[in-house]
Amino acid sequence: MSLRITFATAGRILRQLRHDRRTVALLLVVPALLLGLLFFMYDGPGATFDRIALTMLGIFPFVIMFLVTSIAMLRERTTGTLERLLTTPLGRLDLLFGYGLAFGLAATLQGAVATGAAYWLLGLRTTGSAGLVVLIAVLNAVLGVALGLFCSAFARTEFQAVQFLPVVVVPQILLCGLFVPREQMAGWLGAISDVLPLTYAVEALTQVGSSAGLTATMGRDLVVVAGAAVVALTLAAATLRRRAP
Amino acid sequence: MNSVGVTMENAIEVRDLVVERGRRRVLHGISCDVAAGRVTGLLGPSGSGKTTLIRAVVGVQVVRSGTVTVLGRPAGSAPLRREVGYVTQAPSVYADLSVRENARYFAALHGLGAPVADRAIADVGLAAAAGQLVGNLSGGQRSRASLACALIGDPGLLVLDEPTVGQDPVLRADLWSRFHELAAGGTTLLVSSHVMDEAGRCDRLLLIREGLLIGDGAPAAIRARAGTDDLEEAFLRLIQERPEVAA
Repeated sequence: MSLRITFATAGRILRQLRHDRRTVALLLVVPALLLGLLFFMYDGPGATFDRIALTMLGIFPFVIMFLVTSIAMLRERTTGTLERLLTTPLGRLDLLFGYGLAFGLAATLQGAVATGAAYWLLGLRTTGSAGLVVLIAVLNAVLGVALGLFCSAFARTEFQAVQFLPVVVVPQILLCGLFVPREQMAGWLGAISDVLPLTYAVEALTQVGSSAGLTATMGRDLVVVAGAAVVALTLAAATLRRRAP
Repeated sequence: MNSVGVTMENAIEVRDLVVERGRRRVLHGISCDVAAGRVTGLLGPSGSGKTTLIRAVVGVQVVRSGTVTVLGRPAGSAPLRREVGYVTQAPSVYADLSVRENARYFAALHGLGAPVADRAIADVGLAAAAGQLVGNLSGGQRSRASLACALIGDPGLLVLDEPTVGQDPVLRADLWSRFHELAAGGTTLLVSSHVMDEAGRCDRLLLIREGLLIGDGAPAAIRARAGTDDLEEAFLRLIQERPEVAA
């Protein structure tokens, strides 16, 4: 692995993104608009809006970066650029971390815009700081990138790639505690919820809502999410073979 | 950067190479050599196994049996990634980047700077289009952009899969003279084509059909062996010499 090549790769991915202005605009604006929608659904600021908006600030970057990455990586595979890259000095981890870095940066911008809109325009109130919310959002985005890189190995077409969203992402949203509190779930559902990384991200966000500063639970949650991202990246590296049949 | 290849007689040595893709055997035990510092043409109809052989040479193809040695090392080994430039059949450059951004990225992978990238772009005659997005270029320009990225880092071996498809005749002639300039400078080139009129431009030819090597030698030798001056006709006669082709 080479830092120079990783940074060059991240720069290349960001340059590709920059040429696609519409995607950049959608990435930056859509989460804030959806939060606005929630604001009106729940009749303005209040405890319910605070709880749901806070959770959504973690879910949006996860979902969006998962989708964007799956498609970007699938493109690398289908256009032959991946095969070509693997004949150059680029290491597999250079490519994967390049993606993580590039979309992680994009997610930081996205998270800053969405969090800023939530606090300043929509009156979101949390006991903990907005900075922690952005941090968790970025970590979730990196998790989404890592899972997207891994899942794209199992898709041959864009149609298949988007189908991994309901398979990999939606169950995590359903079981993260947003719809049914985790302690009210049947035991087996709770057990599934326990092994899904998004559960920990949502728990960390809930902690930001109720406590000032970094709590022990929050710290553990962040380590779990980061660990899940590393595991997914490692699995993704295992799917990147220099030789194909 | 040619240090590995200069003293060797053969840049590529293929021995008894068998490749299967899915349940189909694509290469049936091919053995051939590619001389260092020459332009070798890999000629054969579409579907004959040219791309598979090329993929085995650059080390991205899983092989069933046999060996491929490139610049004295097993194909695909790590040191070769700095020594081998590869252009795939479909131009594998980023359509959503400009020509310059593509070339600079590939230069960065080799630890090289922008001047090297710009020179490679000029070498393929794309200097005027350097700022354009690859996705907005014509097919011929796109494959030249892809070629420019392979020239970066002065690889000792250039493996080009149908690089002249879609180029106008003048550009095609330019590219071939560029290939010979590179060979004169010590670079080995393996160039595939299904167009027989390009065969005469190569120093040596490998003729391949249905996964078997049916001709190997200088164009003049192949013409002499087949008893005709026309290479297309020579290819036909070589095929007729061996009507039994294993399925």
